[in-house]
Amino acid sequence: MDFTTFLWTTLGAFLTLATFSFLYKDNPFYKLAEHLVVGVSAGYFMIIVWHGTMVPNLFNKLLDGDWFLLFLNSNQWWYVFPGILGVLMWTRFSRKYGWISRWPMALYIGIAAGVAVPLEMSNKVNKQLVATMVDIEWSNFFGAGIWDPFSGFANLLIFVGAISGLIYFFFSKAHTGAFGGVAKLGIWTLMIGFGASFGFTVMARISLFINRLQYLDQNWAQTAFDSTNPNYNTGFQLVFWLVVLMLLAYAVWEFIAYLRRRGEASTPE
Amino acid sequence: MRRQLPFILVFLSGAFMVFQYFVPHESSEFVYEFLLDWLTIIGGFAMVLGIWSLIRVSYDKIQRKRENWGYSVITLAGLFSMIFFGITNWQDGFGFYILQADGLNNPMFVHFFDYILIPIQATMFSLLAFFIASAAYRAFRARSVIASLLLLAALIVMMRFNPLFGAWIEDVANWLMNVPNLAAQRAIVIGLGLGMVATALKIILGIERGYMGQG
Repeated sequence: MDFTTFLWTTLGAFLTLATFSFLYKDNPFYKLAEHLVVGVSAGYFMIIVWHGTMVPNLFNKLLDGDWFLLFLNSNQWWYVFPGILGVLMWTRFSRKYGWISRWPMALYIGIAAGVAVPLEMSNKVNKQLVATMVDIEWSNFFGAGIWDPFSGFANLLIFVGAISGLIYFFFSKAHTGAFGGVAKLGIWTLMIGFGASFGFTVMARISLFINRLQYLDQNWAQTAFDSTNPNYNTGFQLVFWLVVLMLLAYAVWEFIAYLRRRGEASTPE
Repeated sequence: MRRQLPFILVFLSGAFMVFQYFVPHESSEFVYEFLLDWLTIIGGFAMVLGIWSLIRVSYDKIQRKRENWGYSVITLAGLFSMIFFGITNWQDGFGFYILQADGLNNPMFVHFFDYILIPIQATMFSLLAFFIASAAYRAFRARSVIASLLLLAALIVMMRFNPLFGAWIEDVANWLMNVPNLAAQRAIVIGLGLGMVATALKIILGIERGYMGQG
């Protein structure tokens, strides 16, 4: 690793530690990281939308036309209309003409809602129902054992769990009698599902946490002291200790402020 | 008319998009693709509204020297730097590449992504491990059957790779993820899909109008 890359790695390590410092409390280092990420991510997504959406979907299709003819002489001149509608969105900046922005907004919502009806019905309802209502494999009913998730028994449980879960969400009929019993089975299934999803989410966050610690240790701290690196010089250690000293200085300053606050609180008036 | 015309546009465009799904003709496909491009184009222009709002709020804070105004300078510096690096490149001599994607290969753009955006966002997500654990410690109590089921399922999945419990816990956790969890997710997704279709139809038919705001 060369020294310039190490400086960037140090910036990443500093921002990682600054973000972790929120575990203690809101502080200037965390605020810096927080405000920086807001600006950088807004800029990043603007550039991605520009190069990934606006240029290929709009400007590249109109570029063969002339701007003074409003690109109406280009081969795909009909792309002028979404461009004009997009610009009309900006009338929201004006109090007088802000109502015009409802036209592109209306078309956006109408198209999105119209696309959603058949697609959501197909993907979220029909395909899920087809996957749930499979033939029971009697020849493989218990598969490799009771915990085999691909056995016929497991498919039967998935079918019963999904249907009872749906029945739990049906509130037009009182949950009493047999209907209430199935709804109760539904809530049990849902709670097991929520618990498993929760546990899975926690483990995903723990994995990310381990990844950040590995970055701090392997990518940053070990590189700072890696004398086998052909580009190694004393600057690596210097930068490392500067960051550590800065964070330590802040910790000491916070501790002194804490002692002062405690001293003021215990002083009788 | 200022209020009626948008609802007519919603109805016409929405009804057309539902109808065209059932028309297996290339002209229908062409219009479908064209209107999908509209979505991305109008959405792209709408993003400027959000960026402008961020700039205005930050600038206002700096101009009036409000509390912590210095951090707004950092926000604006990050925003403008990223936009500048995204449309320039100096690998073969400095140049602006507004209509070419060369800016995405600008080393500064890549470094800002790799060493600022990724570390902060990944660390913020990893912080949730602590907050979720703390919230779970306070909220999870085996007071009833369903609360116990939730607690037990969560504990088994969290202990999945713990070598102290042996291989059985991995089998049970896999079964929990692939059988009851799958059934629960399917019930939720089917309910969600039906809800989204119902909401979309309410919007197209003008029953739901809250999205257009007041005035």
